[in-house]
Amino acid sequence: MEAVPPRARVYVACVVLGALCCLLPLPNPRASWWAVLLLAVLYGVCERVGARWRFAGTFYPVLLAGAFLLSPPAAALVALPGALLSPVEQRPRLLRRLWRSAQLVVAVWAAARVHRALGGRDAVDAADFPYALAPAGAAVLTFCLVLTVLDGGILAFAEKVPARRAWRGLFVRSLPPGVVHGLAGLMMAVLWRSRYGPVAALLVLLPMCVSWWVFAQYHRERTAHQATIRALVQAVDIKDGYTRGHSERVGQASMMIARELGMDEGRVEVLRFAGILHDVGKLGVPTRLLRKDGPLTAEERRVIELHPEYGHEMVRGISFLGEARAAVLHHHERLDGSGYPYGLAGAQIPESARVVAVADAFDAMTSTRAYRRARPVAVALEELERCAGAQFDPVMVRALVGALRRYGWHPAVTADGVPSPCPAPPHSPPSSRAGGHPNSVGRRAP
Amino acid sequence: MTSSPRPKRPKHPACPPPPLLLVLVHTAAALLAAAALLATLRTGLDERGTALAFGLLVTVGELARWTGAQVREAAPLAAAGALSYALLGADAGEPSRHGAAQVIAVVVGAALLGAVPHIARGQRGLLDHLARRVLTVGFAAVCFQPLHLQGTFSRWGGPAQALLLLALLALTALCDAVLAAALAHSRTRWPFGPLLRDELRALLGIGSAVCATGAVMALAVAVAGLWALPVFCLPLLLTQLSFRRYAAVRATYRQTIASLARATEIAGYTPAGHARRVAALGQAVGRDLGLSEPELTVLEYAALMHDIGQLSLVDPVPAGATAGLPAQEQRRIALLGGAVVRQTGVNAQVAMVVERQADPWPEQPVAARVVRAVNAYEEKARDAGPGGPLKALEELRLATAEEYAPEVVEALARVLSRDCLTLPAAG
Repeated sequence: MEAVPPRARVYVACVVLGALCCLLPLPNPRASWWAVLLLAVLYGVCERVGARWRFAGTFYPVLLAGAFLLSPPAAALVALPGALLSPVEQRPRLLRRLWRSAQLVVAVWAAARVHRALGGRDAVDAADFPYALAPAGAAVLTFCLVLTVLDGGILAFAEKVPARRAWRGLFVRSLPPGVVHGLAGLMMAVLWRSRYGPVAALLVLLPMCVSWWVFAQYHRERTAHQATIRALVQAVDIKDGYTRGHSERVGQASMMIARELGMDEGRVEVLRFAGILHDVGKLGVPTRLLRKDGPLTAEERRVIELHPEYGHEMVRGISFLGEARAAVLHHHERLDGSGYPYGLAGAQIPESARVVAVADAFDAMTSTRAYRRARPVAVALEELERCAGAQFDPVMVRALVGALRRYGWHPAVTADGVPSPCPAPPHSPPSSRAGGHPNSVGRRAP
Repeated sequence: MTSSPRPKRPKHPACPPPPLLLVLVHTAAALLAAAALLATLRTGLDERGTALAFGLLVTVGELARWTGAQVREAAPLAAAGALSYALLGADAGEPSRHGAAQVIAVVVGAALLGAVPHIARGQRGLLDHLARRVLTVGFAAVCFQPLHLQGTFSRWGGPAQALLLLALLALTALCDAVLAAALAHSRTRWPFGPLLRDELRALLGIGSAVCATGAVMALAVAVAGLWALPVFCLPLLLTQLSFRRYAAVRATYRQTIASLARATEIAGYTPAGHARRVAALGQAVGRDLGLSEPELTVLEYAALMHDIGQLSLVDPVPAGATAGLPAQEQRRIALLGGAVVRQTGVNAQVAMVVERQADPWPEQPVAARVVRAVNAYEEKARDAGPGGPLKALEELRLATAEEYAPEVVEALARVLSRDCLTLPAAG
């Protein structure tokens, strides 16, 4: 998003214009201004606090409660201050803020309109219960639909994602949170209108806030966990001087092969960890041996060849790694059975290990080592194809060739140990909603 | 869910009889439940539909009780449902007439029903859980229902009633925290103060969500009838799911750290199981010293990784015993370890503790004092035979001038004598 294409700007301008039209028939003076004010402040505070906890998500219950309680323009007004003032991290900030506010205003307005048209207002006033769910459900559907359509549009215009891919899955993923937030919003609206008043309505937000906070904690813990695994690998890289960044790149190549083979996202992630951790057993090999210049004796070679078993010993207690543990143990097996540690052959070798073996060899050839210069990617691939069948699984080699042809080879960490300047932030539409684009992480166009 | 490697107190052959407090709490809960059941049996159930709906909610909540991971409130849905039934004053605008006895009876019945599969699986701690549930719900119901039946609140405005519910729930939550801390104290004999502090801190998290949901459900049922129940369970269910995922990722994280700690063992720098033993004993000492839950986590991670600096040594220290090295060398290894830990992105406090584990004790944070003393004890007592533990403790006591903090050594001695971790005397 360094330079926003002009057509994206035009698109944003159109949506902003639409939002202004939604707000223009200003709420009639008798409308409860204090309710608008209270909800707007509430929404603004929620957005702020959410940003403080660095959790990119939006707090819809307040907006939806507004849509269930107020007239459409007033409900749309609730979203405005919070969205305009919410902190934005990526540039261009002003454009993103405008976009986000306009998008929310239009969505809330449409939801309120639908809710009112279906007679939801009276149902909320009378707490008429099974019936009140119908207009609220329709309003939530409208809300999610409008957000999806607008988000898909900006993806198509700004990121040049093909329109169909941009919309795929976006709506389905926005529904579950929408439903939960919608129910909370409905309860807020019903309690607000009841004899217990806004005090009771505010209580609804507390469980939602706690849930939100726990979710943020979960993400933080997960990030810390991944950093720890990286550090484990860095320890190996420090020990084994010339392979800096090797583990990370093998992880990336393994991930590309797994994607090309059409594995599901969970397995792709596990294979990335398999690639990253494949040499972790080198921690157990004396540093003197790893750094030795010149040829190794047979005895020394045997010690180094213990590293897959050391690595397996180390990671076998980490349950989430799953089949990655087998990959750590067997990544030096060869298809003809002449590898180590167990001399497995053909299909006896776990699939994950066959993936990592190809990725490992590929990176070993294309990066500079102390004793030789890096070979070009094309030469390395030729070499891999030559050894396919005897040493490597031809399926994996073909997958790597296919993936490289399509996306090119852009390792995030180069052999010089300098991370490339842009560590691939997930493309996200200018709105800061969680998720970004489904296929964007780690798949950068050439 | 994976089981967390918290140190479980070893079962001592001569287990003392259950403490008086425990017996007292269980008896009180049983008496209350029996009285409520009898009273309800005599008068019959009022408003059966409502009773059934809330009973169902509590049963389902208990069935979905968390197992495995250590959490404060194992069944938030059941807790919120029971509390809201205790505070229910009306149903779709009609004032309700069920009394406190019926509330307790319904909750007890539903909780017992929901506990059946857990009992069948032979889980521990269920009795405490049930006793707590009965007593807290009884407290809330006895505070609210008699006054409500007399019509004391009918003249109050709506918002005032909402605030009253909230105040009552806050009071109930406080009682529950005290009860939970007391039960944990009498079971584990860890000091009461820190346990209570941890319970109170947890109130801010899931505790407040449970209370708010209980109040909102009671109010919502009063306005909209029983339809409010399913609508309202959903956000809490979401909270429960988030908590579960959080617990899962924490367990995974702990596994990763423990594996990272084993790197030194596999590399042959330290004997097998050393880091794990230091972590377990260190946590027991930390508890005795009254550290809070987050501090104990820092201590555990630091203890697991305290030897990681040795990975940077080209040649291993004999048997990995750093306690015998010159102070300068010890400090160098500690700094190297701190550098490695800093890279792992674990809480920065962990790195600080690892870094300063070899400093003289007056300059150390508490966790680093514990790591240093426990590590030295472990290394000295490891292969020293039957008299080893006592001799090691004696050596630690003699070095309290500079190396080991006296209060930590005393806490270590208390933990060792209490938990019988010392080897049995020969002969």
